[in-house]
Amino acid sequence: MDFLAIQLFNGLVNGAFYALLSLGLAVIFGMMRIVNFAHGAFYMLGAFVAYVLLQQAGIGFWPSLVIAPLAIALAGMVLERLLIRRIAGVDPLFGFLLTFGLSLLIQDAMRLRFGLQGQPYATPAELAGAVSLGAVTYPTYRLFVIAFSLAVSLAVWYAIERTRLGMVVRAATERAELTRALGVDVDRWTTPVFGFGLGLAALAGVLAAPMRNVSPLMGSELIILTFAVVVIGGMGSIKGAIAAGFLVGVLSSVGAIFDPAIEGIVAFALMAVLLLVRPSGLFGSLETS
Amino acid sequence: MLEITGLSAWYGEAQALREVSLRASPGEVVTLVGRNGAGKSTLLRCLMGLHAQMTGSVRLGERDLGPLGPVRRVHAGLGYVPDDRGIYSSLSVEEHLLLPPRLGQSAWTLERVYDAFPALRARRQQTASKLSGGEQQMLAIARVLRMGARVLLLDEPTEGLAPILVQQIARLLVDAKADALTILLVEQNLRFATSVADRHYLLGQGEIVTTLANDEVKAREHELRQHLGI
Repeated sequence: MDFLAIQLFNGLVNGAFYALLSLGLAVIFGMMRIVNFAHGAFYMLGAFVAYVLLQQAGIGFWPSLVIAPLAIALAGMVLERLLIRRIAGVDPLFGFLLTFGLSLLIQDAMRLRFGLQGQPYATPAELAGAVSLGAVTYPTYRLFVIAFSLAVSLAVWYAIERTRLGMVVRAATERAELTRALGVDVDRWTTPVFGFGLGLAALAGVLAAPMRNVSPLMGSELIILTFAVVVIGGMGSIKGAIAAGFLVGVLSSVGAIFDPAIEGIVAFALMAVLLLVRPSGLFGSLETS
Repeated sequence: MLEITGLSAWYGEAQALREVSLRASPGEVVTLVGRNGAGKSTLLRCLMGLHAQMTGSVRLGERDLGPLGPVRRVHAGLGYVPDDRGIYSSLSVEEHLLLPPRLGQSAWTLERVYDAFPALRARRQQTASKLSGGEQQMLAIARVLRMGARVLLLDEPTEGLAPILVQQIARLLVDAKADALTILLVEQNLRFATSVADRHYLLGQGEIVTTLANDEVKAREHELRQHLGI
């Protein structure tokens, strides 16, 4: 029983990362129809920003949790203006190539500078230790990751459902051309939305730093799984990204109880089944095109 | 006045419109009648700036709309009701009304919209895709009225609707006409067209075949039906 409970929590922790990452992918895809293959690289950059801030300037975890996402969001907005914008409206293949190329560039640049070996990052003192939850004790920091990611996810969901900008994002996600023909300047919002999506990835990166080693490859390991999560949730669906993130996290970890090999295949098996029976994903409303 | 001169459009190599010229004045309802595939919807898309492969000029009053993208054409006063009604499944009824910008004095208040469309008031918080076809059409029209558009481009607003709803739309257009709006209506329903319109442009294979006054259409209804294949 204890083992099951621990695995459940581990699943929620993994799910917390999937949710934040796929949320960013979902808003970017929805608004721009670009599948951002560089998303994992920006997650990794978020972690490195936190690491460098600590090493070079003594700036700790909490300020980094704000600074790194903002810095990456800003970099993302510049990138959108300079590069991504140019491939809007052309064959999606160019989007794959551009963002995949970017991720390789970023990864190798970081590898040149920091090497392949992971760098440790200390857990913030306030969240050190473990909490006793009845039968099991679980690391405080990991519980924080679950709660924090859930709070951020719900806040994003709320903003998309209830604010004017969220309404524009929903409308543009569903039908960009119609939305323009109704006088809404969709293109004005693509830059901030792209930045926001990357900011979420960087936030996940900072959260990951104390749990996993900060290394140039940390993003590429995670991103493929995150794509499966996005497909399961439904391309462009906010609700779907959050739900599928936690669902895949929990199912993978619980599956690992039966056989460790299951952990790695749950997401893809789920994706394959879903593509057969419900190609638009759990919450997808987009027509497959 | 909406004035279109020598408008031609293509889909790749295929020419969809040839040198179409037409005009419509404030307080006037003009229809565009023609078979499926005659180029009616393409013409409206060209007017909205949604179809890039085109030549010719589109003017609204003194203003050349040619260089403007769709967003700025809306701000210039064009209100578009697409043939599929343009309903979002992820927006509530009221959000449909709130999404477009409000253009000055002619914009309707939500109250006025709901007074004119009581069915929408009852369903304001519902997902719009749950509305009936007729209600969706009402919503699409209400949306451009709420915006305060001065020129309505309506693509087959009566398609698939029950006669009572068609009458309701006819009344709406008569009111809009009295408000000095300019209305360009794509239509296959001749009875509806003659009940609201002043003039009719007959479009065949991408060209304006002839222009007809309302009583001429009534007199030649049988012949026109054959031409339209309806």
